[in-house]
Amino acid sequence: VELSKEEKQRLRKEKKQQKRSKKDDKGQPESEKDKKNKKPMSPSVAQVTTQVQPAETQKGNWMPPVNEAPASTDRPTKSKAELRAERRARQEADRANKQVKKGESTTQPSAGKTKAPPSELQPVVKRLPEHIQADDPAGVKKLVKKLEEQQILVRQDYGYKVSLFSHLHQYSRKAPLTQQMSIPSTVIHPSIVRLGLQYSQGIVAGSNARSIALLHAFKQVIRDYSTPPNEELSRDLVNKLEPYISFLNQCRPLSASMGNAIKYIKKEISNIPSQCKEEEAITKLQTCIESYIMKINLAAKAISKFAIEKISIDDVILVYGCSSLVNHILYDAFKKKRKFRVVVVDSQPRLEGREALRRLVKMGINCTYVLISAISYILPEVSKVFLGAHALLANGYVMSRVGTSQIALVAKAYNVPVLVCCETYKFCERVQTDSFVSNELDDPDELIVTRNGKTHLEDWQSLRMLGLLNLVYDVTPPDFVDLVITELGMIPCTSVPVVLRVKNVDQ
Amino acid sequence: MPGTDKETDLSERMEAFLAELKRSGSGTGPLRGSGETARETVALLRRITAQARWSNAGKNGGQLASYCLQVMFMVLMWRFGALRAGELMEIIRKEGRRMTAAQPSETTVGNMVRRVLKIIREEYARSRGSSEEADQQESLHKLLTAGGLSEDNFRQYFPPLKANVIEAINELLIELDGTTDNIAMQALEHIHSNEVIMTIGRSRTVETFLKAAHTRKFHVIVAECAPFCQGHEMATSLSEANIETTVIPDAAIFAVMSRVNKVIIGTQTVLANGGLRAVNGTHTLALAAKHHSTPLIVCAPMFKLSPQFPNEEDTFHKFVSPQEVLPFTEGEILSEVNVHCPVFDYVPPELITLFISNIGGNAPSYIYRLMSELYHPEDHEL
Repeated sequence: VELSKEEKQRLRKEKKQQKRSKKDDKGQPESEKDKKNKKPMSPSVAQVTTQVQPAETQKGNWMPPVNEAPASTDRPTKSKAELRAERRARQEADRANKQVKKGESTTQPSAGKTKAPPSELQPVVKRLPEHIQADDPAGVKKLVKKLEEQQILVRQDYGYKVSLFSHLHQYSRKAPLTQQMSIPSTVIHPSIVRLGLQYSQGIVAGSNARSIALLHAFKQVIRDYSTPPNEELSRDLVNKLEPYISFLNQCRPLSASMGNAIKYIKKEISNIPSQCKEEEAITKLQTCIESYIMKINLAAKAISKFAIEKISIDDVILVYGCSSLVNHILYDAFKKKRKFRVVVVDSQPRLEGREALRRLVKMGINCTYVLISAISYILPEVSKVFLGAHALLANGYVMSRVGTSQIALVAKAYNVPVLVCCETYKFCERVQTDSFVSNELDDPDELIVTRNGKTHLEDWQSLRMLGLLNLVYDVTPPDFVDLVITELGMIPCTSVPVVLRVKNVDQ
Repeated sequence: MPGTDKETDLSERMEAFLAELKRSGSGTGPLRGSGETARETVALLRRITAQARWSNAGKNGGQLASYCLQVMFMVLMWRFGALRAGELMEIIRKEGRRMTAAQPSETTVGNMVRRVLKIIREEYARSRGSSEEADQQESLHKLLTAGGLSEDNFRQYFPPLKANVIEAINELLIELDGTTDNIAMQALEHIHSNEVIMTIGRSRTVETFLKAAHTRKFHVIVAECAPFCQGHEMATSLSEANIETTVIPDAAIFAVMSRVNKVIIGTQTVLANGGLRAVNGTHTLALAAKHHSTPLIVCAPMFKLSPQFPNEEDTFHKFVSPQEVLPFTEGEILSEVNVHCPVFDYVPPELITLFISNIGGNAPSYIYRLMSELYHPEDHEL
C-alpha cells in the first residue's frame, strides 16, 4: 500500500513522539544524529583517539561512511569522548544497580532535551574511518586488535598498491575471507557469512541491492536472536551486531546506504523499552526493518514518477553501467508507452552495462551499446543522460561508479542535460572533493585481458615499476549535474545538506 | 625484356603494400606504425620515379586504369625515353589516389605523396631558375596576371630533374628515419622530475619520448584504451625501461586527472585546423585536462600533418567489428542491439596546448603555416 505524503509525515511525527517519551525513560544519547538531546559541552580533542578502549571502538566501526556534519550546520553536538565517558559511567551504574532501572543519566541529557540554542557551534571531533587508514601503522594495529577481539580474521592486502592510494586497502577477489574461517563459525551468524561472501565476490553488487540484502540478513539474525540471561536486549543485540558489521566491512567496505541502514537499525534497537518482552521486541524490530525496505522500494516508485515527466517522445537516453533505479525508471516509462531509445555505456573491467543491456532488451527497449571511450562519438545523438548514484555527499558531489564523472564532463561539453537519480536514504554527511581520499580499490588482476591470444599484463607483479589501479568509485562535481531526482522531488545538487537537515529534524 | 623483372618486382611490391594497407586498417593484420607506412610509401614512390623513363613525345599513358597496365606503360616509356615532370606528377598522383583509396584513414600515405609532389615542383622550379617563393604563393597579383595555368609550367624537359628528385626523396627518407629521435631529443625540455604524466593507448613516438627522459624520476599513468587495450603494451614497455607506470581503465581518466601534471599523447593524424584525429578516448582525456587546466602535449612527427579538415562526417570515422565491444558469446541479445566500435576521436584545437614535432614545438594555431611549407595548395586534393 502506498503511503501518501501526509501519511508519511504523520508517521514521522508519531515516531518523534514515541522517541521523546522513550528518551524520558532512558535518556541514552546513543546516536550522534540525535541532536535534540545534546547539551553543548567542551570538547576534548586530544582524548578522542587515545583514550579509546577496545570495547568502545566497535561503536564507531560502522560509522565510516557517515560522519558528523561540520560546524556549519546549526546543531549543537557533544564530543564523542564526552559521550563515551557518559556511557561508561552509565554502564557502571547500571551494573551496580542491576535490578532497578534508574535513569541515572537523565540529569545530563534530559536537561538538554529541549533544543539547545543553535548558535552554539561546537567543533566536531571526528575520528577517521579506518578503511582509509591503511597506511597508518597505528591505525592498522588498532584495527587488527579490534578484529581479534571479535574473532574475525584480518584480510591481507594484495599486490602492489599505487602510491597515491596507499591509504586504502586493496584485496584480491580470489582470496575471500571465508576461506580461512572455520565453518560453522561460532561468532558470525551463517546468513552474515553468506552475505559477506556474496559481497566480496561481487554476486550482490549495487548500492540498493547491498542494502536490501543486508537488511534481510539482519532480519534473519534478529529472528534467531535470544537474549542471554542478565542482559538487556537493546544493549546486547547491538553488541552482537558489531562483529557482524566488522566482518562485512572486511569482506567489502560498507557503502553509504548500508551505513545509514545500520544506523537506523541500531537506533531502533536501542529505542526498545526495557520492559518490552523479547518476542514483542523481535517482531517490532522486524516490522521496522520491513518498513525501511518498503521505504526504499516506495522511493523508487516516487522517483520514477518524477523522472517519467522528464522523458519526452523520441528521446535518446544515455545510461551508464547497471543502476537498478535507472532501469526501473526506464521500465516504467516504457510501460507507459513513451517512445524512446537507450544508449548503454559500459566500461572495463566490470562490464556491468551488459547486465543492464540484457534487462533492457528483454523489456523490449531499443538499445545501443558502446564502451566509455566512444562517448565522444555517440553523445551528439543523445538528448539526456540518466545516472544512478552510490551516495550524495553533503557538499553536492555525487559519488558513483568510476566513469560517471567522465560521462558528466563530456555531456556538459556537448550541452546534454545530466540527471542523477538517487533515493534520500543514500544521502550522507561526508564531504569529499576528489576521488582519492576515500575510495575503494578492487582486485587489480581484473584489469588483465587476453586479446589475440596475448596477455600483456600477465606478469605485472614481476615488473617492479608497474602498478594496476582498479578504482571503484569517483566523485562528480555538482556543476556537471543539472538535476537530482529524489523521492522528495527534483532538487539541484547543492540542496543535499538541506534534505539531510530536514530528515534529521523529522527523526 | 630487360626491364620487366624490375617492373614486376615493383608491381608486386605495390600490390603487397596495398594489401597490407587494407588489412592493417581493419585491425586483423599486423598493426603498422605511421612511420613505417610513411617510409614504405616514400620508398615505393622513389622506385616509381627511378623507374619511370623520360619521354619526349606526349604519350597517352594517362588512360591506363590499373597498375598492371601501368607496368606496361612504364615499359613503353622506357623505350621512348624520358617523361616530363608534369607526367611524372600525374603518375604519382594517380598512384597516390589508389593508395589512399585502399585505406582512407591512413593519411600518411597521402601526405607522403603530396610531399613528393611538392619536391618535384620545387626541383622543377629550381631547375628553371625561378625562385620557389614566388611560385608557391598564390598572391592576388599572380592570380590576376599569370592566369594560373601551372600545367604549362611543367612541360619543360630537364635532364637532371630526375636525379634531383631522387636525391630529394632520399633526403626525405632520411628525415623520416630520424623523426622519432628528433622528437625524443626534446623530451628533457618538457619533463621535469617528480612529475605525473598521463597518456592513452600506445604511441611509439610517446614511448620513445618518455624513455628518453628516464634519467629524471617521474610517474606515468597509462589509460588502457579499451577495447584494443594497447595501453597495456605501453605500460609494460615503459616499466621495463625503469619508469614507474600505472595502468588505469578508461573510466578512471577523470578521477585521476586532478593529480596529473601533464598529458602527453600521440595521434594518428594532425588535421589542417590544428585538431587531431586520435585514438578513441582522447577527446575525453582532452576535456578532462582542460577542466583541470593541465597542459595537453601532442607528439606528432611532421609526416602526420594532413591538409584535411574534420568536416567530412562520412570519412572521418572508421569502425571496426563490434565483436571487440560485445562479443559473440553474448548470444541472444546481439541481434536486437546496435553496437558501435569507432576507432578515432576528433579533438578540437582549443583543447591542445602544444605540438612537439621533429622540427620543434608549435602552437596549434601555427599548423596552417607548417602546412603551407610542406604541401602545395594544389595538391591538397590528390
